[in-house]
Amino acid sequence: MAADLLWIFISAMVINNFTLYYFLGLCPFFGVSDRISTALRMGLANIFVLLITAFCAWFLNTYVLSHAPYLRLISFIIVIASTVQFVEMAIKKMSPVLFKALGIFLPLITTNCAILGLALFATNKGYGLLEGLVYALGAGGGLTLALVIMAGIREESKLLEIPKVIEGTALNLIIAGILSMAFMGFAGLFSTS
Amino acid sequence: MKNFEEAARYHEEFIKGLWKENPVFVAVLGMCPALAVTNTAINGLAMGGATLFVLTFSSLLVSSFRRYIPKEVRITTFVIIIATFVTIVDFLLQAFLPAIHKELGAFVALIVVNCLILGRQEAFSFKNPIRLAMVDALGMALGFTFALFCLGAIREILGNGSLFGVSLFGPSFEPWIVMILPPGGFLSLGFLLLFFNWLKQRQEQKQSLVYLADAVAEVAEKKDSIISLKRGV
Repeated sequence: MAADLLWIFISAMVINNFTLYYFLGLCPFFGVSDRISTALRMGLANIFVLLITAFCAWFLNTYVLSHAPYLRLISFIIVIASTVQFVEMAIKKMSPVLFKALGIFLPLITTNCAILGLALFATNKGYGLLEGLVYALGAGGGLTLALVIMAGIREESKLLEIPKVIEGTALNLIIAGILSMAFMGFAGLFSTS
Repeated sequence: MKNFEEAARYHEEFIKGLWKENPVFVAVLGMCPALAVTNTAINGLAMGGATLFVLTFSSLLVSSFRRYIPKEVRITTFVIIIATFVTIVDFLLQAFLPAIHKELGAFVALIVVNCLILGRQEAFSFKNPIRLAMVDALGMALGFTFALFCLGAIREILGNGSLFGVSLFGPSFEPWIVMILPPGGFLSLGFLLLFFNWLKQRQEQKQSLVYLADAVAEVAEKKDSIISLKRGV
């Protein structure tokens, strides 16, 4: 059991990294990756929302959607968005420090494809509650890892003289491509022989 | 005259999505599907078609109900409308094109969070009459499909040596496997954008050369006229 959970975690984090393998959550990946500190906070906020999402998805799948599977998409979107909104209000009341660190990102993240992607993948794989939470933790860790690495590279690249043609999105995409290639090296990590 | 102006407006709204404001190449929106499913040209086209369906019908509905949707909950309403059409297209694909549905997997469902679709509702359909909204949606969706097809074709040709499954180069071609894997998505879009930047920069340089030549000609003309004036004196 523990080995299974570890496998789910590692696989979601590095082997099938959400950003670099599934192309999910690219907007924050390119949008807020210009400073490491911001990237780290964004990553943490992501992990937080992903955990809530995994719980919501499990709850909906077990108690509601078995009777009406065609409502899956709509209910996922609505329930996740509103739960995050509630949690955001609760955090604002209970822990202003945490709210300040994650605050502005929370509502943005809700419409991030990584969130819906996680809910759908976890459903397709038939994960239970614990597996779903571990999967969310791994996926969030992977997103954070990719974000922080990207931010680190971009912080460095600000000091370089970059030709004007390649500046901006083109450069970021090519960096992401190289990173993605590096992450492909993890593919054989746990090959079952 | 009014008809002509109106036609010009429709034409402009339609054509802008195809090239000038192309959602993928210029605005860089909807990147998740643009990169995730474009490992072959046919997948790119299928994804484009599904997006076309969702975007057009969502725009139709949002634009027709724009007077009745309260401003405060408009985003939620858009999302519900979009999710409904995505569910429809998901089931349609599953029923009629099961092979393609299997290839695209969860990414059909992920059309819901494609920022291009939500963006068009917010920026255009909510503020414009039905026909104009439809034209805009069609143009944007066709531009998106075109971009996805380009990416898919490039990746399939380089990564597999084929287009639409038809082998192009014969058996001696060594495929660039990396192009059909995830890094290929980032790299091909990156290099395409680089190419467009280069074209744009060249155009700007040419433009500035033309300005410079004009300015030189103008100065020369003034000099001539001053000389002739002096002679006259």
